[in-house]
Amino acid sequence: MKTVVLMGNPNVGKSGIFSRLTGTRVITSNYAGTTVDVSRGKMHLPDGPAAVIDAPGTYSLTPTNPAEEVAAEILGEADVVVNVVDSTNLERNLYLTLETLERGVPAAVALNLWDEAGHQGIAIDVAGLERLLGVPVVPTVGLSGQGIRELVGRLGGARPSATIRPMSEEERWATVGRITGEVQTIAHRHHTLADRLSEASIRPISGLFIALAVIAAAFLAVRWIGEGLIAYVFEPLFDLYTPIAMRASDLLGPGILHEILIGHLIDGEIDYVQSMGLLTTGLFVPFAMILPYIVAFYLVLSILEDTGYLPRLATLADTFFHRLGMHGYGIIPVFLGFGCNVPGALATRVLETKKQRFIAATLMSLAIPCMAQIAMIFGVLGPFGLHYVVMVFATLAVVYVAAGLILNRVVPGECPEIFLEIPPYRAPDLRATVMKTWMRVRGFIGEAIPYLFLGILLVNLLYSVGFLDLLAAVFAPVMEAWLGLPAGAAVALLVGFLRKDLAVGMLVPLGMSPEQLVIAVTMLTIYFPCVATFVVLLRELGARGMLAAAGVMVTAALLVGGALRMVLIGF
Amino acid sequence: MEKTLLDLEPGTQGTIARFIGNPGFVRKLRTIGIREGKTLTVVTRHPLGGPMVIEVDGREVTLGRGMAGRVVVDVAA
Ligand SMILES: Nc1nc2c(ncn2[C@@H]2O[C@H](COP(=O)(O)OP(=O)(O)OP(=O)(O)O)[C@@H](O)[C@H]2O)c(=O)[nH]1
Ligand SMILES: [Mg+2]
Repeated sequence: MKTVVLMGNPNVGKSGIFSRLTGTRVITSNYAGTTVDVSRGKMHLPDGPAAVIDAPGTYSLTPTNPAEEVAAEILGEADVVVNVVDSTNLERNLYLTLETLERGVPAAVALNLWDEAGHQGIAIDVAGLERLLGVPVVPTVGLSGQGIRELVGRLGGARPSATIRPMSEEERWATVGRITGEVQTIAHRHHTLADRLSEASIRPISGLFIALAVIAAAFLAVRWIGEGLIAYVFEPLFDLYTPIAMRASDLLGPGILHEILIGHLIDGEIDYVQSMGLLTTGLFVPFAMILPYIVAFYLVLSILEDTGYLPRLATLADTFFHRLGMHGYGIIPVFLGFGCNVPGALATRVLETKKQRFIAATLMSLAIPCMAQIAMIFGVLGPFGLHYVVMVFATLAVVYVAAGLILNRVVPGECPEIFLEIPPYRAPDLRATVMKTWMRVRGFIGEAIPYLFLGILLVNLLYSVGFLDLLAAVFAPVMEAWLGLPAGAAVALLVGFLRKDLAVGMLVPLGMSPEQLVIAVTMLTIYFPCVATFVVLLRELGARGMLAAAGVMVTAALLVGGALRMVLIGF
Repeated sequence: MEKTLLDLEPGTQGTIARFIGNPGFVRKLRTIGIREGKTLTVVTRHPLGGPMVIEVDGREVTLGRGMAGRVVVDVAA
């Protein structure tokens, strides 16, 4: 079977075309570095089925970060290359096109974003370009699917270029200039409203105000949508479900099965947070407490990503992030990490050096709780008063900054400057927004629910054999003397390795004061990543890097926990 | 008159003359669209050692000051 590889500069629409070719949805966003790993799918070429690979974007075949390394490497697997090109930016894109064609691999060029080129008064002589490059050239619009059918049709006969031969770098640049001059005509561009908005959002003072407004709006939108979904959709659903669950409880009668499925009743009633049964807590926590906020968060994130605002925010944040040993693009792992730390950890690949990636990954895992955990923190701590929730997040923010300042000093290595393309502002496409949100929500359901079930099952089993009481006794000195928490909180920390959202829920039956809860949930965020994130971090940082990161985490957790205890509880 | 990009005030226009640096650095700039002979406009320069944003061919690019100091620009005196 042939392998088709999608190659192109960052943010030109490769992943969009991949989805069109294969019917497999992958994440697309309006910033460079959305795709940091390969995605694989299948398609039908005129001469039979083929494997398709979506690569990260790269400006040249000489990589400058791990995401680009992946792209340069994957080219070796290609029987056919689809070189996706941004028609609004032909000249810059052609360098990679030439480099690719020089390899002598059969190829076709997709002139993507053809719709935008039209709007911007950019005309490209397609037939002329095809003649000069010596491979098929097809205008496409990844968003609508225009041109995809023709692209597929012409891939069957794709051959190595008949006109492009290996050349020196200087020759290549000269050729890029010559080809662009011959095939492209640009009508005079006027300063548009979008240009003005872009400049305002990138200048220091106006940009800061816009950033504060955007972040506040995003936060309020997540809360408002999340609370709305809970009040109007999920709680009414569970109100309908409760009689059924109670019925099941009666039918089962007391016994081990009741313990596992329904859990223990509190005052003869199901308590959805504390009962700890698979069919009670196991359903309620993920669906009625977490899912609404996951939906809300990913909807808002998707809009932020697709408008193209994030690279502007990265520019504004650069001065600050530089002090922490990263550069402005370090804000991407933070944003993605708030959804789930796993994509957050992967997104560190957009940073150039090991030092930057180590710091970005360590800080994220220290101080960025994922949405599932945040939802539980609000759910558990919110009823005591919002200021307790604020304490948690303020502490985490201080930890992020303090650890960054220190790590920047002590971690050896370089910290290159920001170098970043700002994409044009685009209005998010409604269908694309809904699809992307759904994709991520489905991912959450697929991964979170099994783990939550497993966690609850494990907790029940380990309690019944007495293991958890033993564990609590062993860690009692640290918990009680150092952190001022009940010994049972150690169990929550253990479960936190499996799923932190569940672990937060497990703090409820311990009957702690709100101050103790603040300490416990903060510790739970800092002390160690969950297993899913751990696996990715281990791969991204290597065993030694992970060991160092873990050292930072445990140390920070103990220091911060002790400090919080002194401030909030005293001795 | 030749100046480095770093010395240009926001709003200034100029023509990119050459780069000071190794081939890898030059390639990095060129492949993102910052090439000799192009017209460049300085959009902003962030305070406290922050980055600069320039516009070339209708596209904005953010770059650090160290890099900006190695881009030589021809500006009308
Ligand atoms: N108007 C328009 N927008 C497009 C088109 N193709 C893609 N887009 C948008 O352009 C942005 C980038 O698309 P992606 O598919 O993520 O680009 P990519 O090349 O995979 O990007 P990286 O993975 O970051 O290298 C997204 O916001 C898309 O919705 C197109 O033909 N027309
Ligand atoms: Mg992509």
